Amino acid sequence: MNTILVAVIALGVTALVLAGVLFVVSKQFAVEEDPRVGQVAEVLPQANCGGCGYPGCAGFADACVKAGSLDGLLCPVGGQAVMTKVADILGLSADAAEPKVAVVRCNGTCEHRPRTAVYDGAVSCKIAHATGCGETGCAFGCLGCGDCVAACKFDAIRMNPTTGLPEVDAEKCTACGACVKACPRMIIELRNKGKNGRRMVVLCVNKDKGAITRKACEVGCIGCGKCQKVCPFDAITIANNLAYIDYEKCKLCRKCEDECPQHSIVAVNFPPRKPKPAATEAPKAAPAAEAKSAAKAPETTETPSTQTAPSTPNTQKS
Amino acid sequence: MKTFRIGGVHPSENKLSAGKKIEPMALPKQAVFPLSQHIGAPAVPCVAKGDMVKVGTKIADAGGFVSAAIFSSVSGKVAKIDSVIDASGYRKPAIFIDVVGDEWEESIDRSEELVTKCDLNPEEIVAKIKDAGVVGMGGACFPTHVKLTPPPGSKAECVIINAVECEPYLTADHSLMLEKPEQILMGVSLLMKAVNVTVGYIAIENNKPDAIALMTEKAKNFPGIQVVPLKVKYPQGGEKQLIDAVIGRQVPAPPAIPIAVGAVVQNVGTAYAVYEAVIKNKPLFERIVTVTGKSLANPSNFLTRMGTPMSQLIEAAGGMPEDTGKIIGGGPMMGKALLNAEVPICKGSSGVLLMSEKESLRGEEQNCTRCAKCVAACPMGLEPYLLAKLGEYADWERAEKEDIMTCIECGCCTFTCPSNRPLLDWVRLCKNTVGGIIRERNAKK
Repeated sequence: MNTILVAVIALGVTALVLAGVLFVVSKQFAVEEDPRVGQVAEVLPQANCGGCGYPGCAGFADACVKAGSLDGLLCPVGGQAVMTKVADILGLSADAAEPKVAVVRCNGTCEHRPRTAVYDGAVSCKIAHATGCGETGCAFGCLGCGDCVAACKFDAIRMNPTTGLPEVDAEKCTACGACVKACPRMIIELRNKGKNGRRMVVLCVNKDKGAITRKACEVGCIGCGKCQKVCPFDAITIANNLAYIDYEKCKLCRKCEDECPQHSIVAVNFPPRKPKPAATEAPKAAPAAEAKSAAKAPETTETPSTQTAPSTPNTQKS
Repeated sequence: MKTFRIGGVHPSENKLSAGKKIEPMALPKQAVFPLSQHIGAPAVPCVAKGDMVKVGTKIADAGGFVSAAIFSSVSGKVAKIDSVIDASGYRKPAIFIDVVGDEWEESIDRSEELVTKCDLNPEEIVAKIKDAGVVGMGGACFPTHVKLTPPPGSKAECVIINAVECEPYLTADHSLMLEKPEQILMGVSLLMKAVNVTVGYIAIENNKPDAIALMTEKAKNFPGIQVVPLKVKYPQGGEKQLIDAVIGRQVPAPPAIPIAVGAVVQNVGTAYAVYEAVIKNKPLFERIVTVTGKSLANPSNFLTRMGTPMSQLIEAAGGMPEDTGKIIGGGPMMGKALLNAEVPICKGSSGVLLMSEKESLRGEEQNCTRCAKCVAACPMGLEPYLLAKLGEYADWERAEKEDIMTCIECGCCTFTCPSNRPLLDWVRLCKNTVGGIIRERNAKK
């Protein structure tokens, strides 16, 4: 009886002393954390994609709380909706930022860009890029090994087996920029989504001289400068035999599209043109591609029609 | 018989053009000279469109200390300075010269007479080598004068001449040894004098008994030079493997270079080029190229002027076989597949290999079975299966700890892999990335 009593008392006293130590330590060394960090982190999508430039959502939440204003801070996944919530918590104002989308600036489909070699190394764009030009004569265009597809955490990029090019699903794309970093040829760019998803893009990044580009690809930019001359808004610059449209300045007048002799400039998500005679030339590529995909359809039964349907309007329609 | 200690493989030799005489190649219609034919800074053109040049005229200056000048191999008119797809697979700046006649610079001694006396001091020899644009002729194209200028604090003890030609198919060095043994030996003496040593080894694999016999016989007249026969094993021609095989010393991990163990390694072709540069005042503008392949009608060794398109060599060797699947610049182990046959011959083009479609395509990739054959084959004692995976998962820090930078990219791992895994592809990507990270880090310091 005595032994049991001694044990109970000894343990009880030890527990009390240790509890006291723990209490003191927890008060003494408590880390003060702004409770708002937790609140902000809760609003964020928790994708931890790093698209904001910070290590994960917690890092971004911390940065938001510490920063005086939300200028330059944007969660590309959550977009404006999430940023408004963050602003509410912090009592700041969130300026509406133009939503962006990843754009694959290469239109070198299998039919536009003939194969000149076979690459049979490891399936990786980075490795294929290190071996030289790749399978076609274009040293700048898409290699088609799908590094961007693997990098996308939102299932927004898929390879189109008919064109051999990656296609971005604008609905799913959060503009986190993972694909931009993954592409060794720097083909993918984040551009403003534009009203109703309408935008003008030079679908080419080839910096070779015109004659070389033309040999390698039917729709490669040759840097002729016609688009630059016709642009009334000064939105087009030509550098290294390549045209570039500044999406901030472009007013979507579509003059450059008509002028481009190589059809490298593509208008995305515009309704088809009817009255002008130029319309007969522009949509040429689309039906041809469709015809090809129709011919291939019986072979590749696994590609569901739903997969290609939402993605085609983004890149092919012109 | 000696060889290196760790790893190595035995690919079938296929020395189809062995014993063939060196034939001079006809002049091309237009010669093309890429400006980066060597490791280091690209050369800077010193001619302009429309200039007339002779054989041996300098057309591009060295672009820095680790760089080499480029000389015209033909006489004629500079057509343009444009770009060409070279053996690297990329479009690079190049000088195009339309060939007119065959007029040589007067300073070049064109006589066949053998000269075995040289009164120049070491500095003058190195200067002459530098002025002649001589680079390593084995394929890596490292400027020779840089190798002959040991960094302060290090001292050369011996010169090792790499005449092993461990790559299958290639016979350029072999044929050179059979036809110009004395010139090579004189070149070796010059190299020994340049780095101030009295010991020189010429390492030859024992699949070339005729070359070993001839060189041993002729070496009697050249004091200090010794011929070392070696057991056949790939990659014996690797600098570090060769040093291990010949003098039994192991070069420490990078950034240490062979001079750390007192060795200066030069290719046998380089020794010949040094002889011609120093004694005959002839800059480096021609080399011996093996054109070979199992389906090729007439595999040969051609004395070729730089800038000649490879298609011309293939034509001279019997024309492109119908079943060609791959044209490789260099040997089958370390060579690189070319994008087209118009690639010009450069300072480092040791061979043109035509592989049939069946031979050249890789087998279907399968899962790694952890058989560790690649580990056993790696001559640097690395674990290629692990490095390849680290490359795939982009774990650069771990890869650096696993000594990725010591990889010599010999391809033994990919060659030996029973699952046909593209090990070297990933390892090379990993090495290049880690190398870039290290360079960036050093630049910040």
